[in-house]
Amino acid sequence: MSGIGKYFKLNMNSATKQTSGSCSCGNSSGGCGSNNQDQMSDKDFDAAVDAAIGDERTKDGFEQVFDVKMDRRTAFRKLTASLVIGAGAVSSSCSLTTGENSKEKAQIDWEEQFKGNYKLMTDEEKKGTVDRLVRSYQLRKGENIKMSSTNAVKDVLFGYAFNISKCQGYMDCVNACVKENNQDRNSEMQYIRIHEMKDGEGLKFNEADDNYYHEVPAEGHFYMGTQCFHCDNPPCVDVCPVQATWREEDGLVVIDYDWCVGCRYCMAACPYDGRRFNWSTPEVPEEEINKNQHYLGNRMRKKGVMEKCTFCVQRSRSGKDPACVEACPTGARIFGNLLDPKSTIRWVLENKKVFRLKEDLGTEPKFWYFMD
Amino acid sequence: MSTLKVFKSLVKDSLDIITRGSIKYLIWMGFLTFVMLAGMYCYSIQLEEGLIVTGMTDRVSWGLYISNFTFLVGVAAAAVMLVMPTYVLKDIDFKQAVLIGEGLAVAALVMCLAFVVADMGGPSVLWHMIPGIGVFNFPDSMLAWDVIVLNGYLFINISIPFYILFKHYQGKEANAKVYVPGAILSVFWAVGIHLVTAFLYQGLQARPFWNNALLGPRFLASAFAAGPALIILVLAIIRTFTSFKIEDKTIKKIALIVTVAAQINLIMLVSELFKEFYSPTHHSESAIYLFFGLEGKTALLPWIWTAISLNVLATVLLTVSTLRNNFKVLYFCCFMLFVAIWIEKGFGLIVPGFIPGPYGKISEYMPTGIEIGVTLGIWALGAFVFTILAKTAIGIETGELRFKAKND
Repeated sequence: MSGIGKYFKLNMNSATKQTSGSCSCGNSSGGCGSNNQDQMSDKDFDAAVDAAIGDERTKDGFEQVFDVKMDRRTAFRKLTASLVIGAGAVSSSCSLTTGENSKEKAQIDWEEQFKGNYKLMTDEEKKGTVDRLVRSYQLRKGENIKMSSTNAVKDVLFGYAFNISKCQGYMDCVNACVKENNQDRNSEMQYIRIHEMKDGEGLKFNEADDNYYHEVPAEGHFYMGTQCFHCDNPPCVDVCPVQATWREEDGLVVIDYDWCVGCRYCMAACPYDGRRFNWSTPEVPEEEINKNQHYLGNRMRKKGVMEKCTFCVQRSRSGKDPACVEACPTGARIFGNLLDPKSTIRWVLENKKVFRLKEDLGTEPKFWYFMD
Repeated sequence: MSTLKVFKSLVKDSLDIITRGSIKYLIWMGFLTFVMLAGMYCYSIQLEEGLIVTGMTDRVSWGLYISNFTFLVGVAAAAVMLVMPTYVLKDIDFKQAVLIGEGLAVAALVMCLAFVVADMGGPSVLWHMIPGIGVFNFPDSMLAWDVIVLNGYLFINISIPFYILFKHYQGKEANAKVYVPGAILSVFWAVGIHLVTAFLYQGLQARPFWNNALLGPRFLASAFAAGPALIILVLAIIRTFTSFKIEDKTIKKIALIVTVAAQINLIMLVSELFKEFYSPTHHSESAIYLFFGLEGKTALLPWIWTAISLNVLATVLLTVSTLRNNFKVLYFCCFMLFVAIWIEKGFGLIVPGFIPGPYGKISEYMPTGIEIGVTLGIWALGAFVFTILAKTAIGIETGELRFKAKND
């Protein structure tokens, strides 16, 4: 788990502490490829979900809320919560129509409202909140989702490379990303922007069109994609007043959607337009929801919180490529473990003339561009 | 023994005094209440629908709320310009103006906090920001610093006047040894709140328009112009409508402060304009957008040129001492200066920071009716809070409110 309670951190260039080539799985091919581990964790996870839901069925509400170990912070929070619950309890106990389900829903809502920051949670607490969210979804929608809280794997540092020569602007990556990550369909939120630039004029982002609706590849143009670059020295993380966004051990910059207060300071601090805000309640048609979720990734968001590309944490931490990489028909997108000397991404970094955007800002993006 | 009793009687007396008054006063308070209610209605829509009802977007993600917040931090900080001469430099003139200034600071801070809350996407989880219960990103996040310094300043500005008034209410003299250290602390603290607020923007390498070493000092200069200008206007109103004595000398001294600050502010503006336009770089585009428009997008042009004209005109008029000492001209200048700096340091500073976007995209910002409604509501809240504080303070200072008097 990433730095717990660290006040000062000097993590600039922390990518250089490379203990070369020992991904926990040993043999890797693209991504981390720690397949064994993932099968294990999937099984573990399923068992955990069953166990947890079973538990909630047997335990009564009082035990669920109070039969937990707590420190000072949680204790205080519980006290506050219980005051409000008390008021709610009076009204609900007087109502004869309130069913078991709605009581459980209310229970979960209180637990969720007053839970801590995911970054500082123990693995057990993480599992607890994930179980609650899964159960809550079940109660509300009558559907089962799978949500993981898989932590970063040791000796993995994710990186990304983009081949400008190959990209033709098809935007398959954008579509795949929207579907994979359950982005709001109303506002047509997209993490990836594809910039269409004129040949022979260099990288002129200000003259590029990032919102085109015509046949591609357009004559005399080339294409360049941007998204969150998962900086190694991310300015967005420093500015967050509540540590709702942070850099994980495997280099992913993630957000705890439930801890975010929605001040949008990170958005102002990001030099790469990598962050998106839920201006209204995000809506995804039930049948289109990707039910394979990660707490830090594509689980359903609510209004008033930030979100962004997570390199598809639900996929990358199970050894798969992000959706955009998989969807790209031209092979312009390359993803992998920077600490694995045999990975494709390392080959690109070592054999191509790579560059990054706005390097002068000192943000150390883990997203490189190159040309054939 | 009787402190609690005195306090109880003070609360009762002040409740009594703020609910009574001339017909003009009642109309004023009724009007403010109406605007506040309208603002609350707008805010309830925002709570229901989300920030989608504002003009803000992913491209321009801060707007009217944060603009007003930034400006009002300056107004709050300006109280120090009255505290310093009174308590640090021992210039007795200001003593009564200080109470008004600190009341104004409290009202401004209440507005600041209200604007920040209005801007939040998740006001229900704001407890995440409370140190101890939540998780505070201190000292990394400038916003965390801002929360601390603003609340600290609010505490100082409530406690000092409260102590003084509480003593005067009992007909006693306030003990200078108790409140002077607090007053001196507040001087440094005021500079602190405004510098920290400037650093909030200044520290962002992503936004070249803000990432500029002059931002902090310029914040201070404009604050010390706009804040005392507002204080002069308020003192003028109080002088006309109440029996509270404010000498001409006091207003003239504050006018001098306004003048000097406005002059310094103007010099810094020139320096900024020179840097942006003598050798324009890619980083000057926000300034070009603000002053001349980019690619036919010119929404801020009328505003910023109004601001600059008012600013220059007011500063020139104030600089001529015969004009400054003519109160009619002075009040007019103060009004111009206040409006000019509200524009310049409000959305004239915040909005261009986002335009053009990180990849050069130019999309403009236009506040919606709901956003304006909430904003007006919060301003009305500030005016309401200030009126209540001022009325009580004036009541005590003029001897109308006295603890002893009731017991006799």
